[in-house]
Formats: sequence, structure tokens, C-alpha cells
Amino acid sequence: MKTREDKIFQFTGHIIMIILSACALIPLVLLVISSFTDNNTLIRNGYSFLPEKISFYAYEYIFTSGNSVIRAYGISILLTALGTCFSLVITTMLAYTISKRYLPGKGMLTFLVFFTMLFNGGLVPTYMNYTHTFGLKNTFWGLLIPGLLMNGFNVLLMKSYFVTGVPDEILEAAYIDGASEFKSFYKVALPLAKPVVATIGLFSGIAYWNDWQNGYIYLTKRTDLYSIQNLLNRMIQNIQFLTQNATNITNANVGLASIPSVSVRMAMAVVGILPVIIIYPLVQNNFVKGITLGGVKG
Amino acid sequence: MSNTVTAAGTMEKRKKRLTQFKKCIPLYFMALPGIAYLFINNYMPLPGLVLAFKKFNARKGIFGSDWAGLSNFKYLFATQDAWIITRNTILYNIAFIVLNTVSAIAVAVILAELTSKVKKFYQSAILLPFLVSAVIISYLVFAFLSTENGFINNSILKPLGIEGISWYTEKKYWPFILVLVNTWKTIGYNCIIYLSTIVGFDKGYYESASIDGASKWQQIKKITIPLLKPTIIMLVLMYIGRIFYSDFGLFYQVPQNSGALYSVTNTIDTYVYRGLLELGDITMSSAAGLYQSVVGFILVLSANLVVRKLDKENALF
Repeated sequence: MKTREDKIFQFTGHIIMIILSACALIPLVLLVISSFTDNNTLIRNGYSFLPEKISFYAYEYIFTSGNSVIRAYGISILLTALGTCFSLVITTMLAYTISKRYLPGKGMLTFLVFFTMLFNGGLVPTYMNYTHTFGLKNTFWGLLIPGLLMNGFNVLLMKSYFVTGVPDEILEAAYIDGASEFKSFYKVALPLAKPVVATIGLFSGIAYWNDWQNGYIYLTKRTDLYSIQNLLNRMIQNIQFLTQNATNITNANVGLASIPSVSVRMAMAVVGILPVIIIYPLVQNNFVKGITLGGVKG
Repeated sequence: MSNTVTAAGTMEKRKKRLTQFKKCIPLYFMALPGIAYLFINNYMPLPGLVLAFKKFNARKGIFGSDWAGLSNFKYLFATQDAWIITRNTILYNIAFIVLNTVSAIAVAVILAELTSKVKKFYQSAILLPFLVSAVIISYLVFAFLSTENGFINNSILKPLGIEGISWYTEKKYWPFILVLVNTWKTIGYNCIIYLSTIVGFDKGYYESASIDGASKWQQIKKITIPLLKPTIIMLVLMYIGRIFYSDFGLFYQVPQNSGALYSVTNTIDTYVYRGLLELGDITMSSAAGLYQSVVGFILVLSANLVVRKLDKENALF
């Protein structure tokens, strides 16, 4: 049935996609290989796909010398877990409320959510608000709260899912059985909205794991609260940072000379991206669904 | 008689509304944390916008500082910076819109036509960069461009006998580097919406076209692209609405905040950031911020107005 033309199309299509896939993955491959390359080889030959000498020293160094990497990792995990949970709780509850047709003041509440998508004060007033009014500077809250906890877009996405995906009759039945508003929300509506909850949770989790701006802006002194992204950011600017934060400060000067600086940077980046790579195959379908869902509405 | 009826009617209505309201109290409580967050994160900062019209004095605070009228804006627009950041923000966005749209459609068309199961792998591969943080992207770019150790200088230029390039101080390459990095990062994301739209098209069109002897290329040109047109227009308009905003991570992290490159990497977002946190020039920074907020707002509204004219379904409001 297949014509010659079809075959040519399929063939060129595969070629183009193989090239694009390779382009997408090659930088990450270079990163991983560099992290396993001997530091002196790296300095002599530069980053290369076929290193002369392989070494695991960079990883050994990360996990033995000082606790700053492991600590930052812990902060990132805590931040992502807490952030995603809080974000899901407040997003779903607000979305559920404004999905109720009979709610007095529904229009006003929806507008409050919607307006945040059209206009925002920008960095300066936000920074002033969080530092001067709330004193979030140099606290863990500075990582968790600004900007990331909830956004209007996710609320409206979820609201439209509640409106279309959770039939009134089912909730009606729950009320007749004597369920309270809250109970019917989390026993009936929420399970029905599982796909969109999973998607928003995923987006939120990735946003928290990848965020570096909050730490960069709000953590000026408390470098012990750095997430892995902030540590990485600091590292690329300044390799000495790792020694300064090492547990054995007395050996800092000795340590600096022996730090496999170039390969350590790359190993840390690998460690930083690892969780994303691990969960990616598991969540990919949800992710794609989420993008499509969002694309329809905006 | 009729008066008493309406009076009774309004009484009834008011009573009904009150019971309705009472019934909804648990719902209001559920909305409370979310609304409180929006209040803190989005509404409380808004009065701070007046800073753009003030001579900021840290001791006097935002509202105690003296008024400066429009002089902050006068200073801002008298500098070269205002022009440069506006130009960079808009030109980069235009390049992104054109390139992202064309590449995303091309990839979506190819993926939709491929019959083999490998296409799932292709899609996963090109989407992966979207999940990489800006900091790590800056590491990846550094591995290629580092002057001493970079892959390009050491493994490509050196064997060719070409002198290594000091990438992080040479302005002329950066418009291309940034556009390339942006495409690398977003192509997988951008093609998903187009792909899902194409998958939804009626197969009948294609069947009758191939019975009539239309080639693959003709089918793409005469069926797929015209059917995609509404989606393309929507997405491009949405993007145009955001043309005054830039990806801070891309413009700040990827060039590693290199001062030599500012004239081609500085956008409104990076300018506001540097003014506030690196230079301590809060008044300039807040003036540029308000400029972005207001023009951005107008653009979002106009883009949406056009979308609504074309297709009510897709409009935000």
C-alpha cells in the first residue's frame, strides 16, 4: 500500500528526528561524561565526549568533603515536597470554591484570581513587600513562598476541570447522603480530578526543584539554606565556595589546591539534574497532557 | 397589593440569598488560603509601584520617601539603557516567536506522519531540555563555550587550527547563542500543542486527498497547514501579548552575567534585577519595572481582544 513517496517521507522524517533528538541529548551526555573525566585530563584537553582518562573522584569528593552538597540536596527535597503539597492544597480548594455556580461572590473571586494573570507589580515591589513587610529575607520561607506557591493560571485550569469533569449530580448525591462541602470536595470531587491534580503537582514540583531565583534574591547571608540550584549557581561563579563551606574549614587552603574543580562542577550539575531524569519517564505522559490542557486555554 | 407581593418577593429573595450564603461558608473557608496568598503575593506589592514616582530613601521607607514626579522616567529614558533593554526584549521575542513557531510546526507535522513507535522516543528526547533548570543550562553552555576547557575551542577549533574564541566577551555571537539555546529548550514543549491539534484532524480529508493522488507534501501544504491556522494565530497572539517579558534565567544565567555582553543580553527583566540587587539603583529599577508592567498589561489586553474577535472560545476573557 505504501508508495515510494511515503517511504521517502518516513525516511527523511526519521533522519530529521534523530538529528533533533541527538541535539537535545548531546549537551547532557557531555555533562555526564565530563563529570566522570579525570580533572587533569579535563584541564588539558577540555570537555570531551571521549576522555583519555576516567575518574570517579569528583563524585567521591562531593559526597565526602564537607556537607554542603548533601545539605543543599536535603533543602531542595524538603522545599519541593512542602512546596508541591501546599501548592496543591491551596490551589485545589480555591479552584473548587470558584467552580460552584451558586456561590455568592463567585464572579469577584474569579476576577481576583484572573487579574493576577494580566497585571503584576514586578520584581521591585514584590521584593520590598517580602523583605520589608514580611521579613522573609534569609529564611527558608524566602525559598518557599514568593511567586511559586500558587498561580492564577493553575487555579483557572483546575476550576474548569471541576466544572466540566465533575458532574453536579454526583456531588448532589453526596450532599443528600449528608456529606459536608469539604467532605464532598475531598472524597468525591478530588478523586475525580486526579489527572489534573497530578499534572499541576508535577508542574509545581519541577518549578520548585529547578528554582534558583528565590534563593538568589532572598538568601543573601544564609548560604546554609541554599538549594542545590543555588549551590550550583554559586559554584559556577566561584569554586572556592565549596571549600569555604566544607566542614573542615582549617583545611580550606590545602583543599582548594586539590579540588578537582572542573569535574566537580560537572558532577554537581549531574547530581542536580538526576531526580528530574529519574522521574521523567514516569511522569512524561502526564506532563504532555498538562501542556495540551494548558494550551487549549492559553 | 402588588407592592406587598414584590416586597414579600424581595424578602424571600434576600432570605434565600442569606441561606445560600450560610450554606457556602465552608466554601469560603476553603478559598481563604488561596485568596490570602494572592493577596500577599500579588496585591500587597501593588502600592509599592508608586516607588517609580519617588526618590527612594531607605530610612523613610517607600511611602515616606519624597515624591519625584516623572523625573525617574525622564532619567531612565534619557539613558541608552532604556532603548537597549526595550530593543533586546522585543527583538529576541520576535526571533523566538518566528523560529519557535516554524520549528514546532515542522516537528509536529513530522511526528504526526511517522508511523513507527520510535516517535514516542523522539518526543521524549526533545521535550527533556524543557525540564532542565536555567542554572544547569548555563553549565551545559559553559561546557561548550568555556574559553580554556570548552568543547568548541578545544575539540573543534583547535584541530582545525583556528584560534580559540573568548565566547563570554564577544558580543557578536550571543544573539545566535541565545536564540539557539531557547529553541533547544522549548522546541519539544512548543510542538506538543500543534501535535495534539494535528492528531485531532479528521482523517477523511487525507484519505480522499490521497485517493485524488495528492502527494504527502501537497497534503501538508493544502490540508494540515490551513487547518492549523487558527491554532497558529492563537498561540502567536498569546505570545505577542507577552512580548515585553523575557526569560530571566536565559538572559541572566546563560551569559553568566558577563558585563562585556550586556548590550546584547540585557533585557527589561535583567535590568530591573541588576538595578535592584546589584547596583542598588532602586528608583531606576522600579521605573523600568512599572514601564514593563504597564506596557505588558496593555499588550496582554490587546492581544486578547484580537483573539476574542477571531475566536471567542480561545480568549482568556
